[in-house]
Amino acid sequence: MEETVEYAQASGLLGSVWLLVAIPLVSAAILLLLGRRADRWGHWLGVAAIGAAFVLGLTYFFQLSGLENKSVEQNLWQFISVGDFKVDFGLLFDPLAAVFVLLITGVGFLIHLYAVEYMAHDEGRRRFFAYFNLFVAAMLLLVLGNNYVMLYFGWEGVGLASYLLISFWYGRPSAATAGKKAFLMNRVGDAGLAIGIFVMFATLGTTQYDEVFNGVGSLTATTVLVLGLLLLLGATGKSGQFPLQAWLPDAMEGPTPVSALIHAATMVTAGVYLIARSNPIFSANHTLQLVVVSVGAVTLLMGCLIGAAKDDIKRVLAWSTVSQIGYMFLGVGLGGAAYALAIVHLLAHGFFKANMFLGAGSVMHGMNDQVDIRRFGNLSKYMKVTWLTFMMGWLAIIGMFPFSGFFSKEPIIVAAFEREGWTAWLFGGAALLGAGLTAFYMTRLFVLTFHGPARWTEDIEHPHESPKLMTIPLILLAIGSVAAGFLLATSVPDWLQATGGLGGQEEGHEAVLAHWLITVLSLLVTVLGAGLAWMLFRDGTATEPQPAGVLVTAARRNLYTDAFNEAVFEKPGVFLTRALVYLDNRGIDGLVNGLAAAVGGGSGRLRRLQTGFVRSYATSILTGALLVVAAFLAVQAGWLA
Amino acid sequence: MTELKLPSIDYAALAPILIMLGAALVGVLVEAFVPRRRRNAVQLALALVAVLAALTMVILHADDRLLTAGQAIAVDGPTLFLQGSILILAAMALLLIGERSVERGGAFVAHAAVTAESLDDRRQAEGVSGTTEVYPLTTFAIGGMLIFVAANDLLTMFIALEVFSLPLYLLCALARRRRLLSQEAAMKYFMLGAYASAFFLFGVALIYGFTSGIPGRVAGVDFATVHAAVTDSPASPVLLFAGMALLAIGLLFKAAAAPFHVWTPDVYQGAPTPVTGFMAACTKVAAFGALLRVFHVAFSGAAWDFTPVLGAVAVLTMLVGAVLAVTQTDIKRLLAYSSIANAGYLLVGVLAPSKDGLSGTMFYLVAYGFSVLAAFAVVTLVRDADGEATHLSRWAGLGRRSPFFAAIFTFILLAFAGIPLTSGFTSKFAVFAPALDADQAWLVIAGVLTSMVLAFPYLRVVVMMWLSEPGDATPTVTVPGALTSAALVIGVLATLVLGVAPAPLLDLANGAAEFVR
Repeated sequence: MEETVEYAQASGLLGSVWLLVAIPLVSAAILLLLGRRADRWGHWLGVAAIGAAFVLGLTYFFQLSGLENKSVEQNLWQFISVGDFKVDFGLLFDPLAAVFVLLITGVGFLIHLYAVEYMAHDEGRRRFFAYFNLFVAAMLLLVLGNNYVMLYFGWEGVGLASYLLISFWYGRPSAATAGKKAFLMNRVGDAGLAIGIFVMFATLGTTQYDEVFNGVGSLTATTVLVLGLLLLLGATGKSGQFPLQAWLPDAMEGPTPVSALIHAATMVTAGVYLIARSNPIFSANHTLQLVVVSVGAVTLLMGCLIGAAKDDIKRVLAWSTVSQIGYMFLGVGLGGAAYALAIVHLLAHGFFKANMFLGAGSVMHGMNDQVDIRRFGNLSKYMKVTWLTFMMGWLAIIGMFPFSGFFSKEPIIVAAFEREGWTAWLFGGAALLGAGLTAFYMTRLFVLTFHGPARWTEDIEHPHESPKLMTIPLILLAIGSVAAGFLLATSVPDWLQATGGLGGQEEGHEAVLAHWLITVLSLLVTVLGAGLAWMLFRDGTATEPQPAGVLVTAARRNLYTDAFNEAVFEKPGVFLTRALVYLDNRGIDGLVNGLAAAVGGGSGRLRRLQTGFVRSYATSILTGALLVVAAFLAVQAGWLA
Repeated sequence: MTELKLPSIDYAALAPILIMLGAALVGVLVEAFVPRRRRNAVQLALALVAVLAALTMVILHADDRLLTAGQAIAVDGPTLFLQGSILILAAMALLLIGERSVERGGAFVAHAAVTAESLDDRRQAEGVSGTTEVYPLTTFAIGGMLIFVAANDLLTMFIALEVFSLPLYLLCALARRRRLLSQEAAMKYFMLGAYASAFFLFGVALIYGFTSGIPGRVAGVDFATVHAAVTDSPASPVLLFAGMALLAIGLLFKAAAAPFHVWTPDVYQGAPTPVTGFMAACTKVAAFGALLRVFHVAFSGAAWDFTPVLGAVAVLTMLVGAVLAVTQTDIKRLLAYSSIANAGYLLVGVLAPSKDGLSGTMFYLVAYGFSVLAAFAVVTLVRDADGEATHLSRWAGLGRRSPFFAAIFTFILLAFAGIPLTSGFTSKFAVFAPALDADQAWLVIAGVLTSMVLAFPYLRVVVMMWLSEPGDATPTVTVPGALTSAALVIGVLATLVLGVAPAPLLDLANGAAEFVR
């Protein structure tokens, strides 16, 4: 028997969950509307709004943990009502939403705090905080909505905030281009999500989570497959997964806090959230799950390979984000208990990746905005806090025991080995290989940045540590990088049990390898990868690009995915546009202008018939009368019938 | 010899007509006995009170469905709806006619007999109080229109046609300025109107001939007899079709449908602007009311035969109106061609043989009437020392000089162009939708295409008002008096309300859309 999903009505304190969305939104509106008048204190308002949301989120979280039915929904008002199509503006606060709320507001608060200092010398700081608050509001709406339309609303909202912030320094052509690229690639994914929602409404007549999930059983396998693939397309777009991954690294053109919050910790995990939230749909079709797992596996390897070949500190981190989200996709694709594992990894990743991005920002802050890791080195002496906190993040992401990545990533690798037959070897092997590669390129990044000989550009004499307002968030996030994994891995899966569908424990296959063996293997490849990188890069590296073999060249060129996009989509697109413009100018405009000229000319000629003489008017009437009478008689005689 | 029986007359049902004609007679007496100084106020008050009283009677008798006066008058849903529409629009027109503060002495000549362009003429143009005969003339015309839409036989209809036409011919000649143009317009209108009346009357004669010889019926031109004759008459159908054609020509002339529209631009341009507004709104309602009744009641049995011919007339009308509007340089002539094109759209509604077609046409008439009166109200305000500045080049840059009135006029033009959220959109929809339902897509396609052409001249005026720099020749907008303001506010509000919330009026029209037979 299918498990049915039921939500309780929100009551008491939980009746004010909408405040979570409203507070950052109002703050964003104030910052945008007041304009320069808010320049002096605007950033503190932005920080306070997120802080308040975090405190509220915590309160709701404890309130929720005391409830019997841990899924409460609240319908605020009817949003759309057209014929049979009804959408409520409704919120759903359940364990899944709750952990996301804590991640978004908690990490968000720290990054906001960091940004106060980071953006201190930027004229647009108030605008920055307005967009940042807008992002948080939209992201909270995305995870709190109780139907797909609300989710889509938030989805587009975070997209908007993301484009605004990527091209925040719109004066730089590269930032403006990156914003456009992100926008265009996201459109592809968003169109998929939108069509998915249409399909949902066409087949089930609703977009409410509970009704959709309870109705999935009545759909044919093909419908579920199509629906799932469309949702997946949306998810890959937002989360920078194959085949829509190319925008995410370019998005690093935005200010570093943006990269940390939006393009590492929260927004890019929206795809994972979408799949986890829609787990009844994805669990209902094995082909669908296979596709998700494949996307995850391909992306995680791709991210590792490219990340190993990049020299821009933020791009390496960006590709590592792509790769880590690949792990999460792998997890949600495996289904069953692995959903919770993916969410655990998502949360742990939120901490350590935000930590490392902010660390990178701190390094750039001290190094005149230099981003090339070949130009760093020996910074551990000058930036102790940044170095130590970054180290925590590094150890966490490569999955070193007992840092958080170990507890969150290793179970996913184990779960990948629990699949049936050869797919266990394929996906398990990919996950294991990914772990080794991650260790390699992250160690390379770490060693080149903080150790080895200094290879700075001439203009830098003494790199300085960042001010307190930046290091305190770093320290807090570093603590999270150390401890979060163990805490999350032991508590979150139980907590998520109560979320509709996520509790369903599938009878797992026996892993093809013993559990302890997988653990040992994954630690082994990690140590191997890290050791190799240490050996290779402890003495620094050349500051100029070196000739490289086929694989490295391919990786430096993003495995030719950009070239592929350019050849397959951009060139024909540009050609099509040119052709259409030509057609429009010559054909359609010609037709329109010609028609207009014809009408004008005809009008001018006809005008001469209006002579002003009564006699000619009378003739006209008489002619008309003869014609009308003749026509009537012709009709009567049957000539016109 | 059959005994002559006096027909029974339901005076209550006829009250609106009787009130208007009575008020017109009293108005004539007022001309004779009330001192000149107070005549204008008294006449205006009398006319307005009469219109409101008649309107009250229409509303009180809103549920009447009867034939009276020996079946010569039908008081039914369409009659009452259209009479109400005529009365409301006429009240607005009376406000414009009564305006005395925009131009000293009003828009009408002080002494119609003064030779045009003479010294006396120039003196009267300086602001001698305008002639007050316009009020009884207007009241007579309104009374005639009320009969016209209620007439249930062809002879009554003909009498009503003359009753409302003759005062209109006179009214056209009474402009205070550009009197030659005005008199020429009246002359043309009169001669061509008489010509068209002859067609109508000839048609009546042929139809009368056609009705003779039906078993068990006396020949006659009441609609019930004509209706029976269409199916049962032994007479040659040539009589029917020739008669129907000639009748249609008489009515289409009043409706300003091509090719019987030729008088319209000249008359609209020459007539005093308030009278032009009155004709564009009320005469349209009356003419289409009669067309609806003749073709939906008397000739409904021949719908298959008249639809293609009148459809061709409709398409031609839309084309002529839209295409010729493109090159107009005078705002009044532009509005005249727009009115011709609108007659084409209305014909589309008339030809949809359904209740929706009938109610849509009636809705269109009301909506268009409000907009067109508001448009002419604005035209009366854009003036210079020589009176109204109607040449379009003079309107350039008006948006900078008088943004408020330019905005109002822009809104009205957008309504004419059929932009959503204005009554122009809902009313076009109301006539096109039933036509589509009746499989007359070709009429709708022609309607939509010509609407596109017609949007050009409207938008050209908008562009000219807002995007051109005002020149020395750009006149200012006179601050309107209370009467014009009232008419303008009513017209603009109705255009907006009927665009945003058309449902109440559409429901009313739907409820009224059934003829008694």
